[in-house]
Amino acid sequence: MIHTLINMFSYTFMMRAITVGILVSLCSALLGVSLVLKRYSMIGDGLSHVGFGSLAVATALGLSPLKITVPVVIIAAVLLLRLSEKSKLKGDSAIGIISVTAMAVGVLSVSVSTGLNTDLYSYLFGSILAMTADDVTLSIILSAAVIALYVIFYNRIFAVTFDEHFAKAGGTPAPLYNMLIAVLTAITIVLGMRMMGSLIISALIIFPAVTSMRLCKSYRSVTLCSAVLSVVCFCIGIVISFLYDLPTGASIVTVNAVMLIVFMIIEKIVKR
Amino acid sequence: MSLISAKNITLAYDGTEVVHNLSFSIDRGDYLCIIGENGSGKSTLTKALLGLISPVQGTVEYGDGLKSKEIGYLPQQTDVQKDFPASVYEIVLSGCHNALGRLPFYKTTHKSRAEFALKRLGIENIRNTCYHELSGGQQQRVLLARALCATDRLLILDEPAAGLDPIITTQFYEIIKELNTKENITIIMVSHDKSAVLDYSDKILHLTDDSYIFASKNEYLNSDFGKSFLGGGAK
Repeated sequence: MIHTLINMFSYTFMMRAITVGILVSLCSALLGVSLVLKRYSMIGDGLSHVGFGSLAVATALGLSPLKITVPVVIIAAVLLLRLSEKSKLKGDSAIGIISVTAMAVGVLSVSVSTGLNTDLYSYLFGSILAMTADDVTLSIILSAAVIALYVIFYNRIFAVTFDEHFAKAGGTPAPLYNMLIAVLTAITIVLGMRMMGSLIISALIIFPAVTSMRLCKSYRSVTLCSAVLSVVCFCIGIVISFLYDLPTGASIVTVNAVMLIVFMIIEKIVKR
Repeated sequence: MSLISAKNITLAYDGTEVVHNLSFSIDRGDYLCIIGENGSGKSTLTKALLGLISPVQGTVEYGDGLKSKEIGYLPQQTDVQKDFPASVYEIVLSGCHNALGRLPFYKTTHKSRAEFALKRLGIENIRNTCYHELSGGQQQRVLLARALCATDRLLILDEPAAGLDPIITTQFYEIIKELNTKENITIIMVSHDKSAVLDYSDKILHLTDDSYIFASKNEYLNSDFGKSFLGGGAK
């Protein structure tokens, strides 16, 4: 087994997958804390479907997938946020409508052009083979930007997440920070989609935050714990998928789910 | 010069006019209670005073060098906060966010301000406790400490005693009164609580559907308005 593991690092595609995976896991964990607490986790799900739709259209038109999808998903993020700020209930169904429509448009454009080819299949269910050298560079730059912005605005993001009205009263423009979070989420989702698949990426946003909240008592510890958990679960997941030849995205999500159950059990024991 | 004054303001909530042509002003050290039926525009008015919404007509003016972001605000609790994983210290410190300017992180002066607020409200012993594990009264103290980090001069409180039991409520009102008398912090409080209005305030703004009365407590108590509102429940 150790031999196989050493073997794992000798493949270029594995090194790429691990690099991008760790970065995306970190970004999604950090943003996930805010999104889960603000009850915005469904936005992540909606965005991943929009991402799929726009990838399909871009591929059908023969355009560069990531360069089209990143701006499209950012626009969708801004739109979804507006909708859910206006009204919680309407926002909820609006997210559903937008995401299934995007999905449908994606599937239609695929069937009109080529049929479900491997590339699109990989966007839907994830493939570590899908990463090109260009993708890796773009992913590193964007995730570094996401992490840097999150750290710089950490205190303000906390103030806005905990209490928008108070933050606004103190002169912190809450809508702007909500927008920042949505845009960063959009970028993270598009980057993660290639490896995890658009059906699974939203799990990466929700799981680490929810798991850490079982045990952590402060915002900072929840944030740090989510970041660590997310990276650890990713690493365990990708090793398992390599060793037993399983789909990467699904393996990572399963590890996350097991981790959540472990944390819930510990929570029960601690409370007694 | 008044600390804050509203001049002929008309306010709307979700497109419906809730406050019409209202004028009043308060001075440093005043303790104003805003009362009125549900939907009479009390919360909307506090938001206008804080500069969160702009009046449809009229203006809100700040005097004495006060800026709207230097007002300490204690909003009504939201659903998000009920199970929020944050320590007491983190929340109190976040009250200093209005003084961050362009800095990304809090400085020592901000942290000592937060320490002072924790001590002032007697919650330094629960500084590391998680917010959602606190009782309702403790939560309100935390939010008041946060508001104190944001201001030295004016606190605006929106129904701070909602959901608290009577003993805790009285304690909480005592703290607010103390801040008012000892530290000369001006108080504007929205309240449903008749006894709070009678015991603590010195000016009253009563909003009704189509009108309002703004008066000192004594004037108010002797008016027909005051008699009918406080009537049976007054002690």
